[in-house]
Amino acid sequence: MNYISIRNNQTLRIKEIPESAYLSFMDMNVGLVSGFTDRHCVNYFGVEEGNFVKLICCIADDATHEIMVSSCKVQKGQSLASFSKEMYCFERFEREIHENFGLNYPDHPWLKPVRYPADRSDKMQTMQNYPFYTIASEEVHEVGVGPIHAGIIEPGHFRFICNGEKILHLEIQLGYQHRGVENLFLAKKKLLQRTTLSENIAGDTVVGHSVAFAHVWESLCGVDVSRDIAFSRTVALELERMAIHIGDLSAICTDIAYQLGSSVFGRLRTPIVNFLQEWGGSRLAKGLIRPGSNPFPFTPALAERLKKVLDLLEPDYNEMCEKLFDLPSALSRFERTGVVSNEDAIAIGAVGMAARMTSLSRDIRSSHPYCLYPELAHVPILKHHGDVYSRVQIRRREVLQSMEYIRKLLTEVPIQSPQTEMKMTLQPDSFCLSLVEGWRGEICHCALTDANGELMHYKIKDPSFHNWMALALAVRNNEISDFPICNKSFNLSYSGHDL
Amino acid sequence: MLSILLITLAATFFTGIIIRTKSIASGRKGPGIFQPIKDVIRLFRKGAVYSETTSFIFQMMPVIYFASVFVAMLLVPFGQSKGILSFSGDFVFFAYVLGIGKFFSITGAMDTGSSFEGMGASRESLYSMFAEPALFILMGSLSLLTGYTSFQEIFAALHLGSSISYALALMAAFVFLLIAMIENSRMPIDDPKTHLELTMVHEVMILDNSGFDLGLILSAGYLKFAIYGTIIFNLFSGTIAYEYAIPLFFAIQAFLAFVIGMIESFMARFRMSHNAQYIVVLSSVSLLVFFGALLIAGKFI
Repeated sequence: MNYISIRNNQTLRIKEIPESAYLSFMDMNVGLVSGFTDRHCVNYFGVEEGNFVKLICCIADDATHEIMVSSCKVQKGQSLASFSKEMYCFERFEREIHENFGLNYPDHPWLKPVRYPADRSDKMQTMQNYPFYTIASEEVHEVGVGPIHAGIIEPGHFRFICNGEKILHLEIQLGYQHRGVENLFLAKKKLLQRTTLSENIAGDTVVGHSVAFAHVWESLCGVDVSRDIAFSRTVALELERMAIHIGDLSAICTDIAYQLGSSVFGRLRTPIVNFLQEWGGSRLAKGLIRPGSNPFPFTPALAERLKKVLDLLEPDYNEMCEKLFDLPSALSRFERTGVVSNEDAIAIGAVGMAARMTSLSRDIRSSHPYCLYPELAHVPILKHHGDVYSRVQIRRREVLQSMEYIRKLLTEVPIQSPQTEMKMTLQPDSFCLSLVEGWRGEICHCALTDANGELMHYKIKDPSFHNWMALALAVRNNEISDFPICNKSFNLSYSGHDL
Repeated sequence: MLSILLITLAATFFTGIIIRTKSIASGRKGPGIFQPIKDVIRLFRKGAVYSETTSFIFQMMPVIYFASVFVAMLLVPFGQSKGILSFSGDFVFFAYVLGIGKFFSITGAMDTGSSFEGMGASRESLYSMFAEPALFILMGSLSLLTGYTSFQEIFAALHLGSSISYALALMAAFVFLLIAMIENSRMPIDDPKTHLELTMVHEVMILDNSGFDLGLILSAGYLKFAIYGTIIFNLFSGTIAYEYAIPLFFAIQAFLAFVIGMIESFMARFRMSHNAQYIVVLSSVSLLVFFGALLIAGKFI
């Protein structure tokens, strides 16, 4: 097989990535994924090389903890057979490659624009002429929602095709939030600028994305961070997971008009984000994670504070969860609503919670562990029905699991290492891939450097990239009035997808 | 005359008490109980904006809607004192004059051409359709029980019966309370607080209304609540003297608002498809009242 196996956060020379002809490249990668539920594509992207495009495909194997990287060089504007015809999980990656470089996939089942980057190959493709799927029938009607929504949320357009109250099909048009983050990573030359950029990829996954960036950067510089930095990052990741999960439980309660849950969970989120502010000066944990350094060390005094915060939080949280999960009117909204089958989740390559709710065990914390996760020996929480109820239950238990992990970590707060100015220079001609399990799912950052040791290409993949399709599938044959709770139970990021 | 005055007064605080109960139940302070009526006054001072796709129907709708509720209010008695209009069979007139208002609010919503508002209109008409039998079975059995066919006479005669008639009145109160909640799009049928157009029923129909028009629609809603509250009060008031009846009236209105506030605080709303079943349950409770009335009247062979 013509690929190279690497570990999470490992740097290798670009020329070490084996190159093969397109057809064998396709056969190999499709073959690697199809039939193996513990393998999935974490990133597949193109890098411009003059008149050619170098395609790099990264397949993660959860069982062996390896990532299989392979590449292929094709000419711009070339017509190619698509991976997606065999395996749907490549669908959005190929759409992105098509949009950026004009590679044609005549047999692609759903070749539509992804996010309308400014430097897209076909400038004729605009927001206005998006090719929506339509059904020619007198009986069905279309309902368009957005891009401007009733709540204060990000823009995105949803086009429902309904028969009465029943949704037959949902198409989600994104790209309104595109800021050109990947190109900004190359344009901004200072490390601080790039770090703040990574914090702003998705406003609700600040820690997840900035840890992924820090890992990429440290690996490319060949720097090993001390234990206290890894400790801080693990604690911050778990705190972020808790805060957002509890906030989501509150928002789900709001959507089913359960006022008690909405206000109690809303209150329970506050002590956690307030602790983050106490620690690093920002409730969203901005500025907390920096490559190679630890601007806000986790002191034993903070550990005492956090213990107290968790001790106060836990009984209230459990009481409210018991109330919510005993309430017949709430359960009747959750159960059998917005179901995604296990087969569908595998086919579209769902990650994170969207995978775990259908008993598909995908969790980077256990499959490709980083920071202090190898010591925690994480076991993913799985549910089997794939409905809103499963997603809510996963949140409920993951909050408790995170609490347990933080308590375990707090028993042994590492001593702060001396803050030395580390020389951070990137290795030339290198490739690095970092996987981090954010609260939403797997975050993947890839970086390539040129001969001068400068960033040549930066590729970001937020879990929303896969999971928006899961939402579109989940609402089929549901009532249109159940769309809001389906949407909220996934809580996907617009800006993380649009970049 | 008295009933109009009292209903208008009750309408000023009814929704305010619901909102206040909900805020206190969720640990917040909440706005004053007259805030909804202050909002309406603010809206009355504003002009309205009309979408270019709408026609005269849309502009007519708020006035007709308000007028229908106002006329319905004229029919409602207070204790022994008649409403301004009172005649045999006035409860039929009451139901259908409200029906005219609803018809216009539905056509007004359809007139905007928005897919949301059409959706809301279809839901609202479905629920009204299911709620209608409950009202008629109930009023029919009360009139069978008492032998009269106007609101005032029915209510005046009702308390004269045995304690069973109070039991029937209790069930009737339950039905009226739920009809009031359905008519005013409260939980568990609809959620007036939601911002999600896809789940709205009544709110989505008035998305395009603004300023003065919106003020009319909102105040008609407040009046409706007070009207149903007054009908419930009448089931129990009988021939109590005015000096007791008037405080009792306000106490019952405030209590009903409080009950609605508590229901809305501690349960989730229904799935849209369960709403219809729930409303049909109302008709079956009305049927119980009907059988009760048959028993008392000795009509069973």
